[in-house]
Amino acid sequence: MTEAKELNKINEEVSHEVTLYAEPIAHYGNFTITNALATSWAVVGIILIFSVILRKKMKEVPGKFQNIFELVSETALSLFDQVTNNRKLSLQIFPFAISAFFFILLNNWFGILPLGGFGLIERGEHGLAFLPFLRGGTADINTTLALAVMAVLGANIFGIFSIGVWKTFNKYVNLKVLGGIFTKIRKNPTVIIVAPITFFVGLIEIAGEFAKVASLSFRLFGNILAGEVLLASISALLAYGAPIPFFFLEILVGVIQALIFSMLLVVYFTVASQDHDHDEHESHEEHKLVTV
Amino acid sequence: MSTEFAKAFVMAVGVVGPAISIGWIGSKAMESIGRNPESAGKILVPMLLSCAFAEAIAIYCLVIAFSI
Repeated sequence: MTEAKELNKINEEVSHEVTLYAEPIAHYGNFTITNALATSWAVVGIILIFSVILRKKMKEVPGKFQNIFELVSETALSLFDQVTNNRKLSLQIFPFAISAFFFILLNNWFGILPLGGFGLIERGEHGLAFLPFLRGGTADINTTLALAVMAVLGANIFGIFSIGVWKTFNKYVNLKVLGGIFTKIRKNPTVIIVAPITFFVGLIEIAGEFAKVASLSFRLFGNILAGEVLLASISALLAYGAPIPFFFLEILVGVIQALIFSMLLVVYFTVASQDHDHDEHESHEEHKLVTV
Repeated sequence: MSTEFAKAFVMAVGVVGPAISIGWIGSKAMESIGRNPESAGKILVPMLLSCAFAEAIAIYCLVIAFSI
């Protein structure tokens, strides 16, 4: 009887559908460990081990291993310089951006490792379902949302540290311009029309911060999930040979998405660390023009 | 039935814009490489980045199509 049941279980169709949500693979008390969470822990562990080894073996004349990472960080720094135009600023932003880059890159690549074949077979709502142990951490909306919130909040905190609380606050709730109505109205009566508009632009900027979070998180999540869906459907069409070019595509997409995320992080940090005040800037330019 | 239609509609409408924009990005990149062949290496990375940005819009639709 039990044998028959077992046989029945094996013969039953196992669905390999890619789900929108990360599947739970283990429970620790009340805490559910999903496969995306397990993969991100593995990635964090790998990054930790690599960085500790790299730190211990740091030499004046680099070996092969160190050379690769020096090349990567030099390239990244020169890319950041193109955005910030300021070596000092890019050196300050570098740790945040490069760690986000490596975390996302490794997570993207872990999702497409062939090790995804290992997993559990569990009885779900629609019969048996296959739960892989590895699911790229970035193929889970929670991870990307956390990363995006970190990027945007971090940018604002970075702005507070570099230009001060008052100036950062004035980017969003522009009290300075409203105050300017009373002080500048003698010199320039148009300020009474311009100042409220500037104030509302500042309020829109608050919505803009939320839009940044949404676009950052959904872009990364969607791209990686779409890659997994694509690979699954191509494998379902033709299991051998056909998915190989798509694997290369996904490797490329993984790099590009990690690059985009870290470049956008650098852009947000740079914008946050710069002063919004155009008046001063313009008068400066004019002054320069006059002297020339 | 209606959710199926909604999925199809989201994908069908949402993919038009990114398709046009990726084609445009590619054509502009080709044009500038044709004008200045040495710049091919410099153009490649920004082109890929803007392609990925345009593609992301179609991917938002994919996420929506999956979640309804």
